Amino acid sequence: MMKPFSKKRKLHNLLMKLLMWCSAGVTGALTLFLIAYVLLRGIPNISWELLSTKPSYLANTIGILPDILNTVYIVIATLVFVLPLGVGAAIYLTEYARNKRLVAVIEYTSETLSGIPSIIYGLVGMLFFCQFLGLKTSLFAGALTLVIMNLPTIMRTTQESLKAVPQSYREGAFALGAGKWRVIRTVVLPGSIDGIITGCILSVGRILGESAALLFTAGFAHALNGFFKGLGSSGATLTVALYVYAKEQGEFEVAFAIAAILMILTLLINLMAAFTGKRLKQRRDK
Amino acid sequence: MQTKNHKKKPLETLVHGIFLVLGLVTVGCVLLITVYLVISGIPAIREIGLVKFLFGKEWRSTASEPSFGILPFILTSVYGTAGAMLLGVPVGFFTAVYLAKAAPPKVKTVVESAVGLLAGIPSVVYGLVGMLVLVPGIRKIFNVPDGASLLAAIIVLAVMILPSIIKVSVTALEAVPKEYEDASLALGATPVETYFRVSVPAAKSGIAAAVVLGVGRAIGEAMAVMMVAGNVANMPSLFQSVRFLTTAVASEMAYSSGLQRQALFSIALVLFLFIMLINAALNLLLKRGNAK
Repeated sequence: MMKPFSKKRKLHNLLMKLLMWCSAGVTGALTLFLIAYVLLRGIPNISWELLSTKPSYLANTIGILPDILNTVYIVIATLVFVLPLGVGAAIYLTEYARNKRLVAVIEYTSETLSGIPSIIYGLVGMLFFCQFLGLKTSLFAGALTLVIMNLPTIMRTTQESLKAVPQSYREGAFALGAGKWRVIRTVVLPGSIDGIITGCILSVGRILGESAALLFTAGFAHALNGFFKGLGSSGATLTVALYVYAKEQGEFEVAFAIAAILMILTLLINLMAAFTGKRLKQRRDK
Repeated sequence: MQTKNHKKKPLETLVHGIFLVLGLVTVGCVLLITVYLVISGIPAIREIGLVKFLFGKEWRSTASEPSFGILPFILTSVYGTAGAMLLGVPVGFFTAVYLAKAAPPKVKTVVESAVGLLAGIPSVVYGLVGMLVLVPGIRKIFNVPDGASLLAAIIVLAVMILPSIIKVSVTALEAVPKEYEDASLALGATPVETYFRVSVPAAKSGIAAAVVLGVGRAIGEAMAVMMVAGNVANMPSLFQSVRFLTTAVASEMAYSSGLQRQALFSIALVLFLFIMLINAALNLLLKRGNAK
């Protein structure tokens, strides 16, 4: 009954299938290779001594405790600033803004921000935060630079989850006589907490991986400091330390140890983001 | 009731105002970045001369008679990005079609999380692996004195842009109405023909947006490239050590001063203009995709 496929059609089908399989295979294999290579070369070099000391020129040892702490400090400082800004902006866009033009402008600038390369953030951060505001090269200046970088991420995820709060919740609360702010505070925000958390996780991932923006704003010192003193002074995060150890000092063992730590953290963050993201999606589709 | 409402109003107006300000923060940030880059980037261009700066073939910023021509950087960035696209787009495209249309659910989950992971790996880790695997590899295979070259940068960039290309293309392909595909299948097309002759054309602006996004990522990447490209201000050639726009800024910033420093800001301004163009194109494509 049916005409058999011509040779050309068969060939096309086979070729396209092959290309799809090969490409997906290459992507998967690359990821697998990267993970395996970094973990295999890195994990043997991770020792308690490396994790718990600071570099010492006298004993000629390298420790990455200061870099770990700096990373933690910068994550905390960035989130403290970016959360209110990003969530606030998202609330404005979804709950308050009536002017379509203004919304378009804000969304366009947010897209623009997420497209700007980190080296440019680093440069402007250096000019504005370090020099103009007089913060010098410090973790705090680095954190403020990262605040601008992560603003779009927090805004987008918060906006998505705000939109997923059913309109009827708001109407119900309004009908009971609540003011707009009260509705947002007691009904809308609690209902969108999962989106905000997803945004936080994604931001932490970005902060952990960022290096170009921090090189000239946060510097690369390895001093062991407390939180507030640390924020005020120059310090390398794990990524910056990796760069310095690998490129400038040729300490590849330490670099791989840091890379393995970063890889494990990336894996964890991806898992967490996938988990919270899935919950967000389920709620939206309901 | 009426009085209560009146009492509430000042608070509500205040809160509204606060949120308006928060909403305008991104606008302020973009303005801040633009203004700073323009103000700090213009002086050096004025002093050197626009044509000499953009089309000068020599960059000798620390010589006794310095010359500041950034054509090598511009061309390296353009060639490097184009090369990364040449390698990355086909792989990304076919992977995306496979994931969106053909893959069994289990395979799809696995490969998709692999792609998510690729996106999350810090660029310095790519740089490190590139330094220790790719650079020696290129030296051995092509028998060149130093493997730190444009080719190494192209390969690293191609891997780094894969996740952006795949993710955005998958989203676009998944948004194609199922009716289109059903109709094509009902007319006797095979599934594979349907994917490539119906779904892909229907999602073309989304896929184009994915490619443009990849261009933006590739042209803006600094650290990974810095670790594998060798960083000498040569005119681009596949097996030579080269410097990109991004790495030109990063590699001299730490010790620069005077006109040299100002010239670095001008390079950043040129890079910024490239990115703004790419952003505008991206927005256009995404809008066109949504309008349909």
